[in-house]
Amino acid sequence: MHKQVEQIQEATVLFAGDSGDGSQTIGTQMTETSAIVGNDVATLPDYPAEIQAPAGSLAGVSGFQLHFSSENIHTPGDTCDVLVVMNPAALKVNIHKLKTNGILIVNSDNFARRNLRLAGYEDNPLEDDSLTKYQVFPVELTRLTGKALEATGLSTREIDRCKNFFALGMILWLYNRPMEYTMRWIKTKFAKKPQYIESNILALRAGNTYCEATEQFATSYEVKPAQFASGKYRNIEGNMATVLGLITASHQSGLQLVYGSYPITPASDILHGLAQYRNFGVVTMQMEDEISAVGVAIGAAFSGALGVTGSSGPGLALKSEAINLAMIAELPLIVCNIQRAGPSTGMPTKTEQSDLLQMFYGRNGESPVPILAACCPHDCFETIYEACRIAVKYRTPVIFLSDLYIALGAEPWRIPNLAELPKIEPNFQTEVGGFEPYLRDEATLARPWAKPGTPGLEHRIGGLEKSDITGNVSYDAENHEKMVGIRAEKVARIAEDIPPTEVFGAPEGELLVLGWGGTYGTLRTSVEHKIDEGHAIAHVHLRYINPFPSDLGEILNRFKTVLIPELNSGHLLQLIRAEYLVDAVGLNKVQGQPFQVFELESKIKSLL
Amino acid sequence: MRKNKKSSRIPSGAPTLTQKDFASDQDVRWCPGCGDYSILAQTRRIMPELGVPKENIVFISGIGCSSRFPYYMNTYGFHTIHGRAPTIASGVKMANPDLSVWVITGDGDALSIGGNHFIHLMRRNFDINVLLFNNRIYGLTKGQYSPTSEQGKQTKSTPLGSLETPFNPISLALASGATFVARSLDTDSHHLQSTIKAAFEHKGTSFIEIYQDCIIFNRDAFKQYTDKSTKSENTVHLEHGEPLVFGKEGEKGIRLNGFLPEVTTATNGTEAEANLIVHDQYAENTTLANFLARMSDMPEMPHPIGIFRSVHHPCYEELMTQQIAWAKQQRGPGEIDALLNAGDTWVVP
Ligand code: SF4
Repeated sequence: MHKQVEQIQEATVLFAGDSGDGSQTIGTQMTETSAIVGNDVATLPDYPAEIQAPAGSLAGVSGFQLHFSSENIHTPGDTCDVLVVMNPAALKVNIHKLKTNGILIVNSDNFARRNLRLAGYEDNPLEDDSLTKYQVFPVELTRLTGKALEATGLSTREIDRCKNFFALGMILWLYNRPMEYTMRWIKTKFAKKPQYIESNILALRAGNTYCEATEQFATSYEVKPAQFASGKYRNIEGNMATVLGLITASHQSGLQLVYGSYPITPASDILHGLAQYRNFGVVTMQMEDEISAVGVAIGAAFSGALGVTGSSGPGLALKSEAINLAMIAELPLIVCNIQRAGPSTGMPTKTEQSDLLQMFYGRNGESPVPILAACCPHDCFETIYEACRIAVKYRTPVIFLSDLYIALGAEPWRIPNLAELPKIEPNFQTEVGGFEPYLRDEATLARPWAKPGTPGLEHRIGGLEKSDITGNVSYDAENHEKMVGIRAEKVARIAEDIPPTEVFGAPEGELLVLGWGGTYGTLRTSVEHKIDEGHAIAHVHLRYINPFPSDLGEILNRFKTVLIPELNSGHLLQLIRAEYLVDAVGLNKVQGQPFQVFELESKIKSLL
Repeated sequence: MRKNKKSSRIPSGAPTLTQKDFASDQDVRWCPGCGDYSILAQTRRIMPELGVPKENIVFISGIGCSSRFPYYMNTYGFHTIHGRAPTIASGVKMANPDLSVWVITGDGDALSIGGNHFIHLMRRNFDINVLLFNNRIYGLTKGQYSPTSEQGKQTKSTPLGSLETPFNPISLALASGATFVARSLDTDSHHLQSTIKAAFEHKGTSFIEIYQDCIIFNRDAFKQYTDKSTKSENTVHLEHGEPLVFGKEGEKGIRLNGFLPEVTTATNGTEAEANLIVHDQYAENTTLANFLARMSDMPEMPHPIGIFRSVHHPCYEELMTQQIAWAKQQRGPGEIDALLNAGDTWVVP
């Protein structure tokens, strides 16, 4: 047949099914392939809260959304061009995301009465006219996969588990993508179970051939490579970028990495990731609870290691007393908070930015702690590295904020050169003469890091108020106030040690969109659109939230209106208003879901 | 017994340390007459004998009267937060296994607020020494009942008597898989010193419950075990390989009657002695140790003092170090460039 290929700029594909249907797997594979062929990509995995919710139920639907483009993109897309659903529940949950006239691929084998009922459908939507505004392609995925794998001798159950690759084969055909990267992955993944290599590859090919042979789709599409800065790239998820950033910081500083953690969604992948790298000397300790996890990190820091702990909001609540100990003991400590929707247990598999005020204020007494936030998956690398640099240089706990959306999202990453990275120098105290535990560096106000094992520097520290210079226990009134001041000043001085703030767009004018964390992509896309329309509007995305960059106040003053969109009820908004007395306005969403570009654009429009 | 090598010995030829070298310049501030003074003195006295340079010694404590201890030792020290000393000590030891790490804690700190960390420290078996000062009361907060206070104890917070069954710290440590478990007394300087030394020599987590007199809020809680006139009747000293005998002249012995202990009058060389329970602190099986830990729940039985259990199991930090070495051997020492460039990559010109 003559295949008609249409060039398009970008596309968004959403795979959805039961949590056991492998949507995440094929979504990730489609992402890898799209990235390798040169597209810019952004992804949004959406997991159900339950590990195995009842099959076919609405609660059990797992989705993976992928946006790929020949232009630079920052978001996984508000809506999708292609929706692949494995059952009626997946259809019900996701159909509203499909564009009018979008392609809907349905595993029609799963649309029997029982599954329809589980999804709450009275009638089969494939048979009534509820889907007429879409291009619907019912495919007997289960039966066709079964036929293709007949000869493998695998059980029906095993064969059924390959049908996701049939679907992926179709999508690869639809976008003219090679199958080789997926095949290579299948071969590595199932190296120990060779029977599954053959079966999954067969299913993948069968899906591909099915499109070729049946001429189901009149057209296939092509998305050309995007323009990237030159360099070597790989695809990376936020949590993996965090893992690599930590190992790199450990290597560059020469400090042993000790990561204490307690399993929690969505931070566990950092623990899993680091645990793979024992050959880098990485120590991971899965502890009995969150407090213990931060405790070992503090102990390791006292011993002269790079002590790191990671968790999510509820875990951070438990760690706050220990973070305060590291603060007053003035030890380097890196605390990762991969935020999820709260309060309390909240919605563990949904994203939010609602821990910012907890990180600022969630400790007793006067407790200044630097806070840095990553803005997109690959930015986790640089931001965690920077958190390590600050912690070591200033002998302070540093909070690294990420969130579920960027922790699990993936995008291309230009692999850095080690030489590009700033130095991290532990500068351990070894000199005995003149040593005092709280005698400070004049510039940074950092105290010496004198690790046990160093002769002549035996000293005691602790959570009781310290006497200036000697570090002895002190209840002296004047001294207490002085120490509170010094600790605050030490953190404030970090503002002099960070790069100038990047203002994207107009240097001054009508509106500044100020954000932080995982909302970066949506904010940037919306601002880009408005700039294209000719507005004097700009975007600033903060990596440093405590202390704020020293040029921020002046930047805020250059704009008539400051808009602060956040996935919380206005945390940065409060901080900015209090610090700069600026009448900033918020755009707030607390639904456990990321912003969509259209939400931002309509708010911006109302302010212009 | 397996003698275990410690890695951080003082090199021969170095000047010998004395107990004074281990005293910091800080004034000791416990109530006059507090049992803590003796424990501090015995610890300072025994330290030079351990042969560890003082820069390699770290004392970590939580919160409570006893937890001021690190301030008074001229070693490295960290006075941390309530109940969490085991976690911080684990991190200190993991990051530098050459250090000699000591946890100083109390009954409230270790068994109440830090109960979770205590049991997990015991089972992980880091080479850490834990000295639990058990005074069966909260001292620093001025006299509330603790998790080791006897049921019915009248305190400020329990004017009509506490309702709770106390923990038996020895049983708890044993149940958590502790490899070295002992009990000693603040007033028995020789026993305390030798027990601290044995704890140090044990490679693995060593736990010593030290009965400590809080003269302000729980005076004489252990008098029956420490008073000259009553202690020989009320305590039995555990000696490895020796029968359980006690009494002024060692005239009483302990034997089994069914599953229960009973006191018998044991005279040397008689048939009666042959049936006495013989202590075996190196037994892998914990039945005897558990039995001894609970024996004095029966009021007519004496209270055991000494080492209940001492067995050698691999330490967490050793296993971790081995795992790292194994991974390096299998996969090669980590190369950062290779790590960053792993997986599918592509080049944009
Ligand atoms: S209150 Fe009790 S335990 Fe605390 S110092 Fe005084 S006597 Fe010792």
